[in-house]
Amino acid sequence: MDDLYREVIIEHYKNPSYRGTLDPHDITFEDENPLCGDHIRIDVRLDESGHVSEAAFSGHGCAISQAAADLLLESIQGKTLDEVKQMNKQDILDMLGIDLGPVRLKCALLSLKVLKAGAYGLETASDSLVEE
Amino acid sequence: MSTHLPLDIDRVRADFPILLREVRPGVRLIYLDSTATSQKPIQVIDAMDTYYRHSNANIHRGVHTLAEEATAAYEAAREKIAHFIGAEKARQVIFTRNTTEAINLVANSWGRANLKDGDLVILTEIEHHSNLVPWHMLAGEKHLRLEFIPVGEDGLLDLKTYQDLLEQHPKLVSFTQMSNVLGTITPTQEIIRLAHQAGAVTVVDGAQSVPHFPVDVTDLDADFLAFSAHKMCGPTGIGILYGKEALLEAMPPFLGGGDMIRKVHLRSFTPNELPHKFEAGTPAIAEAVGFGAAVEYLQTIGMDCIAAHEHALTGYAIERLEEIPGIRVYGPEPAYKGGVVSFTMEGVHPHDVAQILDTHGIAIRAGHHCAMPLHEKLNLPATSRASFYLYNMKEEVDRLADAIYHVKQIFG
Repeated sequence: MDDLYREVIIEHYKNPSYRGTLDPHDITFEDENPLCGDHIRIDVRLDESGHVSEAAFSGHGCAISQAAADLLLESIQGKTLDEVKQMNKQDILDMLGIDLGPVRLKCALLSLKVLKAGAYGLETASDSLVEE
Repeated sequence: MSTHLPLDIDRVRADFPILLREVRPGVRLIYLDSTATSQKPIQVIDAMDTYYRHSNANIHRGVHTLAEEATAAYEAAREKIAHFIGAEKARQVIFTRNTTEAINLVANSWGRANLKDGDLVILTEIEHHSNLVPWHMLAGEKHLRLEFIPVGEDGLLDLKTYQDLLEQHPKLVSFTQMSNVLGTITPTQEIIRLAHQAGAVTVVDGAQSVPHFPVDVTDLDADFLAFSAHKMCGPTGIGILYGKEALLEAMPPFLGGGDMIRKVHLRSFTPNELPHKFEAGTPAIAEAVGFGAAVEYLQTIGMDCIAAHEHALTGYAIERLEEIPGIRVYGPEPAYKGGVVSFTMEGVHPHDVAQILDTHGIAIRAGHHCAMPLHEKLNLPATSRASFYLYNMKEEVDRLADAIYHVKQIFG
């Protein structure tokens, strides 16, 4: 089951392309997974037509949560907020290319939860945002 | 420590059927997470099985044979546990769901009756959430003042600050006998002695200590002691609150319902006597039987013998881990700690360490171990934790070290 640590995951964990913060930004949201202390903040900038032009994540966490965040931000470049709102659990699992048990699934889905809470302009993020 | 024979590890391991299990084909389980919950010997599993097959009934009311047997088995377990911790009388031993419920019982019953606006409660920085949150909740309601004995860089409690705090006349000192993260064994007898001099009542969280070394409430002069069966070879769902008789007698009931009453009228009730006053509703009877079998099992092996075995393993584990570049081990010198080794690995999140160790069949814990304030103090979001019990062996520590090298290899 070293599969969990496929090269793509280690690569995105060690050399993320979207790590950082954006100031100013159009959307920002942060949340944590209290179970393991993973913390992720995501900032997004939109162009005039409402498409994602830039995105960045910051915080700390395990390889799965950090790689998922990097892959997620890569995938939303040029997307509209409506398209972002449509994303779900399966999109993340497809990007990571692995199956995860219930505990690690929370790590993988944290960034999507944060991003969608920001896209919807919510006060607090809920797990229901990333359920299928 | 008194003299003892070395633990017969092969014989002990043969008592734990789960240790034969493969986590995946060809990969045998190496269980290093006994601080979270221990594995169960066949003696405990059999005792509960026999109870359900032969004696299952509700207790304290029925007059039929099964009810008599069930009641006798439940009360015999209480006697065994009382003897195990050196309690003078079995009626001082209250069955609860776990350590958490035992501490909540003290907070809700003794705390509500005895603490008032502005009273000081002393806790420590190394507490598990179960010995923090009940006091937070009561402090909110009663406007209590909470102060904390700090933990030093050396992983030990700062007793000088404790003595300063005692001058502010605390009503209660509630603290752990052994940290579930650092492994620190606190100078419990001394903390209690000083608390009593200052006129405070003491609660000892024994969740990690009672399973691992001899604990005698009479020697300690503890007012309350809380612990759980599942961390000491017994089943989940049952724990103990020990209390001094006079304190327990004076306390109002905690939960209301059947068994905790002597008489009930439409508009009033009279509480039952100890220990039943605090045991509302049908208790965990089979679990009590299993708990009794667990303490019998531990006594047969010998608590001194178990403590010495774990001490040797812990020292060896620290030595093996500290020789790996990038590994940092937390907590005091082996002389001051129990069988808990928390560590971090440079550049790798504890969750990833635990996940890769699992591919080697090694079960460790990663996270904040229900001690978030301690991790804040250490300035760490999480740690990896390997913990040991009577059934662990040196070879398993070697496998742990090998697997950690594999983690390093994956993360390059």
